[in-house]
Amino acid sequence: MADTKTQLLVLGGGPGGYPAAFEAADHGMQVTLVDEGAQPGGVCLNRGCIPSKALLHMAKLINETRESAEHGLTFASPKIDIAKLRSWKDTSVVGKLTGGIRELCRLRGVNLVTARGTFLDANTIEVKHADGKTDRISFEKAIIATGSSPAVPPVFQLGDPRVMDSTGALELADIPGSLLVVGGGYIGLEMGTVYAAFGSKVTVVELTPDLLPGADRDLVRPLQKRLEKQFTAIHLNTKVEALKATRSGIEATLAGEGVAPKQTFDRVLVSIGRRPNNKGFGLEATGVALDEKGFIKVDGQRRTNVPHIYAIGDIAGEPMLAHKATREAKVAVEAMNGGPAEFDNMAIPAVVFTDPEVAWVGMMEREAAAKNIEVKVVKFNWAASGRAITLARSEGLTKLIVDPKTERILGVGLVGVGAGEMIGEAALAVETACVARDLAETIHAHPTLSETIMEAAESVYAQATHSYRPKR
Amino acid sequence: MAIEFKADNLGDGVKSGDVASIMVAVGDTIEADQIVMEIETDKAVLGLPCPHAGTVTAILVKKGQTIKPGQPVLSLEPSGAPAASVNGGAKAGVVAAIAAPAKAAPASTATIARAPLPESGGRDLPLPAGPATRRLARELGLNLASINGTGSGGRITLEDVARAAAGGGGGRGVVEPPLPDFAQFGPVDRQAFSKLQKTAANNLTLAWQLIPHVTQHDLSDITETEAARKRFVETAPKGTPKVTMTALAMKAAVACLKEFPQFNASYDSSKAEVVLKRYYNIGVAVDTPTGLLVPVIRNVDQKSVLQLAAELTELAGKARDRKLQMSDMQGGTFTITNLGGVGGTAFTPIVNYPEVAILGMSRSQKQLQLIAGDLSERLMLPLSLSYDHRVINGADAARFTVKLANMLSDAFRLLIEC
Repeated sequence: MADTKTQLLVLGGGPGGYPAAFEAADHGMQVTLVDEGAQPGGVCLNRGCIPSKALLHMAKLINETRESAEHGLTFASPKIDIAKLRSWKDTSVVGKLTGGIRELCRLRGVNLVTARGTFLDANTIEVKHADGKTDRISFEKAIIATGSSPAVPPVFQLGDPRVMDSTGALELADIPGSLLVVGGGYIGLEMGTVYAAFGSKVTVVELTPDLLPGADRDLVRPLQKRLEKQFTAIHLNTKVEALKATRSGIEATLAGEGVAPKQTFDRVLVSIGRRPNNKGFGLEATGVALDEKGFIKVDGQRRTNVPHIYAIGDIAGEPMLAHKATREAKVAVEAMNGGPAEFDNMAIPAVVFTDPEVAWVGMMEREAAAKNIEVKVVKFNWAASGRAITLARSEGLTKLIVDPKTERILGVGLVGVGAGEMIGEAALAVETACVARDLAETIHAHPTLSETIMEAAESVYAQATHSYRPKR
Repeated sequence: MAIEFKADNLGDGVKSGDVASIMVAVGDTIEADQIVMEIETDKAVLGLPCPHAGTVTAILVKKGQTIKPGQPVLSLEPSGAPAASVNGGAKAGVVAAIAAPAKAAPASTATIARAPLPESGGRDLPLPAGPATRRLARELGLNLASINGTGSGGRITLEDVARAAAGGGGGRGVVEPPLPDFAQFGPVDRQAFSKLQKTAANNLTLAWQLIPHVTQHDLSDITETEAARKRFVETAPKGTPKVTMTALAMKAAVACLKEFPQFNASYDSSKAEVVLKRYYNIGVAVDTPTGLLVPVIRNVDQKSVLQLAAELTELAGKARDRKLQMSDMQGGTFTITNLGGVGGTAFTPIVNYPEVAILGMSRSQKQLQLIAGDLSERLMLPLSLSYDHRVINGADAARFTVKLANMLSDAFRLLIEC
């Protein structure tokens, strides 16, 4: 048993952990990054953001080439070589990126340990390698970045590979004839979009009255309209009461108004949420405290109740988003080095990579209403955007949530093709406390979709150039 | 029949106010004259009482919204006869309910101080400053909330922070270090500060940070004055206002203010000028169940002691019944806070910014004094005068206090000089 010492231990190599390790190494710290994955990068790179975006890109190509027939450009039906597609996703996309992290570890002198780590106390961790050998590493400081996992309630755990979580769905074992997606959140809708484009008949069942619960209704409406065409069925206010494995497929018992109670699907994706990974790595031994939801409690510097241990990313609280983890990584490392860092961000953008994409940042109407804050809402319809029309996708909408007193931009919501790329400007506006005039009087390139943000801001003052509201 | 409650009166001369907080929800049953929301004007945060009793059916305004007098703010289903008036648009006297921050600093209220926060600071929005600005403030150890933003929409710029660090602007704040986890030492409870408490805290902080405070203590031998006062009170016909030591102190204070005009002043730091006031309005701290209030008695120099006594009684009653108008608490030039009824030998009141001096009175005590070589039992009144040392020098403060003490001990002098 080799005992080693490290100045900083980072547990978990996802989009929180590896940036933390890099940042610390750049600060001159001696860093050990412990990650149990065969490849570093965590869920995001291996089983989340990145592989899903690769598949969504393919789905988009399929849909666009199909829809172009309406405009006079007809392609033959796509031939899907699923093995080649899978290999492209795994090797050229995921492999390339995780390999990049490995290389960056080497260049920065970060000691990457591929092993399962378990804390023995607040200054020691035991790491178990794939071959079963264990080592002990003692550390001065630690950052916990263990992430989250898909939540699958026991009632859905049949031990049958046809019932999948997001990880299983991303493996793309086959293209099922029919797919039941349990949960109409962003993961369910993104994966449903992929499988529908590949030819599966997709049924989405959502417990609440809305797809993307929590998202702004104005933004969800255009998406829902399109998904209703792509999917075989969307059942809202409906509960999946049971799943049963049969030879012909997975039989689901559904409870909802007007929904056939027994339906059989070739595969089922359970995407009802994610839970923080707070068990199985000896957290109890460190004395680090959890909150009532199972997240590690942290302060503005991401410090836990044990002063030399920090926590970042999904394990440290919602929203469980990769980019939040990365920012927290920088804050934690700077704070432990005595810098004036604080996780005081006002803007954490959220993007749903469906087609159309949905993106928002800052305060939306619902939050303003909940906090009883008076806001002014301005909207710009993409039907008036030249760029959207050339793309034959004018269903989009740009809306700004503005403080009526100062005209400060408090929030921005977008739905439409490319909304995920456009949210960058919106996040900058919210984070830097721009006022509507800053956006209205910044020249935006023509013809681009970003003009819709400028035009929405114009309508805070009077009329947007390309939209006319009758005077009241 | 549902009635609409209109905020007819937000205080004299107040043309609009922001809804600082809403204290009722739809479905709540309220009593007549219950405070239903807090309205923040540029002068103060005021409780808005609804004269009707009933069940709230709708709230017609939002937090942060600017409302004007006469605007309907909520509708309710009445339960029985309204207390004040029958029609829907009952006059709603705005009652100031500024929380007393602590008994130990009784003289400090927010009635006159201006909130130091940027415009959006009180409305649950993050401070309008970009990441680089926020970082600079952390580096310099400045509290961003105390820096006024000069950018569009009140945005705090890097330059604003740099200016505050250099000593200009409004920023003198220090960052409060993070609190330890008290739970590790024993059980704790946390209580949220009300908007009023927060405003009071902000204004006290402002006064404390802005004003270099000094407190001058003295004792006044009021043996004879008090005996005379008692005689008067005991023999005065029924219905005569009760003449208190506070009423006498007001008169004495005005005589001192006339001799030392810099005590009846404000300091305009932007112009480096002292504003001397040629009127004498004295605020008197009143302890009420809702907190400490400072009603102002106007033109004290032109009123008799009996008139002052009558007004004091009336205003104190109004304060306790939460019937004070905004105008009743504005325009003070000097403040008196009398803790004599409670106890204590001395204290250091905080100046009621933008005034420059405040007189604290503690409990009179019988002491043995040497008078012409003879021991004598005397009744001594402790006086504590806090002042703004930028405007008032220490020798003058001592002269002011000595004169005040002499006047209070010699009723004849009081008569001659007032």
